[in-house]
Amino acid sequence: VDPKTSRRSFLSLALGAPIAGAALASCGSSGPSGAGGSSSGSGGGGGGGDATYWFLTGQPQQAIREDTVKRFNAANPNGKIAYTEFQNDAYKTKIKTAIGAGQAPTMIWGWGGGGLKDYVKNNQVEDLTSWFEQNPEQKSRRFPASFQAATVDGKIYAVPGETVTPIVMYWNKKVLDKIGVSQIPQDWNGIMQYVQQANSKGVAPFSLGGQSRWTNMMWLEFLLDRIGGSQVFQNVFDGKKNAWSDPAVTEMLTKIQDLVKANGFIKGFSSITADSNADQAVFFTGKAGAVLHGAWIYGNLKTAGGDLVSGGHLVYTNFPKVSDADKGDPTNTVGNPGQYTSISSKATQAQKDIAKKFFSTTLLDDTEIKKWVATGSVPLIKGVDAQFGSGPDANWLKFIYDTSSKAKAFAQSWDQALSPAQAEVLLDNIAKLFQLSITPDQWIANMNKVIGT
Amino acid sequence: MTALAPPVAAGQTTTGGGGAVKGATVTWMTLPALLFFLAFAVIPLVGVLFLSFTTFSLVGAVQPSGLTSWRSVLSDPALPHALWITFKIMIFTWVIQTPASILLGVFMAGHQRYREVLATLFFIPLLLSSAAIAVAYKALLDPNFGLGPGLHLGFLTQDWLGDATLAFWVLMFIVSWQFIPFHSLIYQGAVRQIPKSMYEAAMLDGAGRVRQFFSLTLPQLKYTIITSSTLMVVGALTFFDLIFVLTAGGPADATRNLALDMYIRGFQGNQMGLASAIAAIIVVIGLLLALFLRRLGGTSGSQLEGA
Repeated sequence: VDPKTSRRSFLSLALGAPIAGAALASCGSSGPSGAGGSSSGSGGGGGGGDATYWFLTGQPQQAIREDTVKRFNAANPNGKIAYTEFQNDAYKTKIKTAIGAGQAPTMIWGWGGGGLKDYVKNNQVEDLTSWFEQNPEQKSRRFPASFQAATVDGKIYAVPGETVTPIVMYWNKKVLDKIGVSQIPQDWNGIMQYVQQANSKGVAPFSLGGQSRWTNMMWLEFLLDRIGGSQVFQNVFDGKKNAWSDPAVTEMLTKIQDLVKANGFIKGFSSITADSNADQAVFFTGKAGAVLHGAWIYGNLKTAGGDLVSGGHLVYTNFPKVSDADKGDPTNTVGNPGQYTSISSKATQAQKDIAKKFFSTTLLDDTEIKKWVATGSVPLIKGVDAQFGSGPDANWLKFIYDTSSKAKAFAQSWDQALSPAQAEVLLDNIAKLFQLSITPDQWIANMNKVIGT
Repeated sequence: MTALAPPVAAGQTTTGGGGAVKGATVTWMTLPALLFFLAFAVIPLVGVLFLSFTTFSLVGAVQPSGLTSWRSVLSDPALPHALWITFKIMIFTWVIQTPASILLGVFMAGHQRYREVLATLFFIPLLLSSAAIAVAYKALLDPNFGLGPGLHLGFLTQDWLGDATLAFWVLMFIVSWQFIPFHSLIYQGAVRQIPKSMYEAAMLDGAGRVRQFFSLTLPQLKYTIITSSTLMVVGALTFFDLIFVLTAGGPADATRNLALDMYIRGFQGNQMGLASAIAAIIVVIGLLLALFLRRLGGTSGSQLEGA
């Protein structure tokens, strides 16, 4: 229970997992058999890898990550990569502990932003700026917006990979028809009218996994960007004193509390978690008419949502404008501009070379790109829309591609952009805001206190 | 939890092992336990104390920063709140569980067949892990897919875990459901230890069942009550797993006790200095409570006086 003992057990796990991985690998099996969400990690691809790579479980992403490593290993028998897989929440703690203990894997999978900045500050990751200069095509083929979260003080410390996942508004057409809403709300007034209409017909207007807290945050990110423009949060990010004391922030906080008071979110939202997909279930079972969520849930809506997607009942839009007085561009979006892989500065030169070879030859190669597209996700590669074809997901893919590539600003999620310490205070205060246990003024005062920490 | 109990045990061996000649061999036998205690309680404890005077983000180096962490923790309104929640959990755990456990324990001490069958059933919650219990209750209490909406029972369809007041009492209910069987088991054993002759004497004196319970059973259970209370109080102080899975301290911070606050600051906020300061506070409170409860027991002679 005390942090020291927990840390010990994490350290021993950190030491133990790669050994377990290597042991598995030496069995000569064709990779991990237990592909489930085991938190202790199951893995080790191919015999005795020289470089190590940790990443997350969860299908369909996990299978693609594994496949990419396996293809690299098949092509490079003399310098392989051994991978270990972790469940999302367990990984977040473990990777920090491992890095702090000098036990980091060669390649560190992450979210960029504030977490990466922390690694950089402590000289834990390699500067990849010169690598991108030597491999200019690796930079030019990726979405420019994906580099922002990989850059600290003008230098690039991570390779943007995988997919771009903006936050979008999902609507269930079947429910909208049932409650007599013919047009999707175009601004905040429209949203408040929709809330009234839905509630009067006994349907929850919006689903929300409030216990996870970052789910609530997505609403604030959009509201602030629309009302005040992207500069307001940029000021916070830059550590400007009292940056939260902007009239746009007060308006954002007031609006969201109005929405909570108007029963805009499903009853009991504060105890619903996003990790269990309960918030999605509320939406696709028709208990709620809409949900604001990441593009990453599309795959699950398709498989678990019955005829929601296949029957053409799913409608998706960017977050609407708030009013005509908006300072923010309505094409702006927020979300995850990519996933990021860094190289540990503690790795040996041979390991670093393997990692760089992996980046230039296999990571996000044509095969991997095709696989991502097949799952209904958009890899952060320019011109990938040419591969969308005319399949059932073509419209969705095009929507995500356009939302991401045509956005004037693609803001990284606040909790990823800020330092972990500041993000924790932010999430805590957001939860209290949605619980109506603090006022907008108190929220601003609490948040101003931790700016720049 | 483990860090707290041993000092009491260590105290017992030093005062209890007062035999002069044979004492030497007895002391030798405590050595393995002492080594484990040193390695897994004392050294980490010193480490935590040291870390509380530093700034440490897990990723970087440990940087000494004097009283920064302590000042920050002690001036944060989150600390009195977490303390309040912790004590509220402690008080209500005790107030709800102790009478219920004593009554159940006395009931189960009887050797009648139906009582033994019921006793077996009562133990079922003991077989489940806290995480499993939390997941199960979370599913049952879900406001949209849980027991209430599933059976269309309006009174069961509440915002059980999303309303600050309700969430606390739901937590109290689940904790009691989980731990009353354990404490009943302790009381059952203790009641069975009370000599039959005492009850026979009481009956001859004309004491009825109620009088027997209050004048004989309850006083005889004094030390068991202290033991069980110590377990409850110290357990409530470090209570973590069930809350973490059930509410994660929420809604907002309605169920965020000290242990949860420490974890969230340390492992989610990367502020190990702050977390260590809170850990140190927990240790001090735990030691004070254990000391207080031992004092409460007093040092009077045999429980079976007059038996």
